[in-house]
Amino acid sequence: MVTSILHRATGIVLALGSLLVAAALLALASGPEAWGKVVALATSWYGLVVLVGWTWCLAYHWLNGIRHLLQDAGLGYSIERFVANSWISVIGSFVLTAAVWFVVYARGGIA
Amino acid sequence: MSQFDRFRQPIKNARGLGSAKDGVHHFIVQRVTAVALLFLSIYLIVFVVGLIGADYASARAAVAQPCNAVLLIAFLIASIWHGELGLQVIIEDYVHTPWLALTSRLVIKFVCVLVALASILAVVRIALGA
Repeated sequence: MVTSILHRATGIVLALGSLLVAAALLALASGPEAWGKVVALATSWYGLVVLVGWTWCLAYHWLNGIRHLLQDAGLGYSIERFVANSWISVIGSFVLTAAVWFVVYARGGIA
Repeated sequence: MSQFDRFRQPIKNARGLGSAKDGVHHFIVQRVTAVALLFLSIYLIVFVVGLIGADYASARAAVAQPCNAVLLIAFLIASIWHGELGLQVIIEDYVHTPWLALTSRLVIKFVCVLVALASILAVVRIALGA
């Protein structure tokens, strides 16, 4: 129940995120000044909050999406399996987010 | 259910058309784009993390690489298409006022098409050095 609502909520966030992806690509195409603004936004504290939040939404939607595809194939429907693998989506999304940002900071951080 | 089966023509099942008149096309496309995005989103994360610390010229050069440009456009098409289908389902489930559901679906569809076209054009411009 909660995992399903979260799947939709993160999906909406990711759809809004594609507006930001499009904006970043348009800025990169239009020139160094516009790109500089994107970099300034992405490296500000609120930009960081958005990027970490976006990473978590993608990680959750990705893991829970695999779960939904397996459920489409008729797998994992017994109640205990269903509850157990929903925890994989929830806990795994935090693990994946931490892993991505560990690599980001290992590469010198975004600032 | 089974007592109604004899009233259904077999052609009905063969076409797979329900009351929506377009069968399982929506369902299939949502799953196909989902599988594509399992791979393309890993690629996107690796690509973007790889750009950390890059200046404008090298970021542009990375996007202009043909392999990256193709995968980025594939990601844009798959993700925006998947998003449009997902938002449509959410509206169908939660918006019960017909004119509002229709209007919001149209707005979402138009915005998605414009965002897809604009972002693909941006990648193409970068790839072609325009």
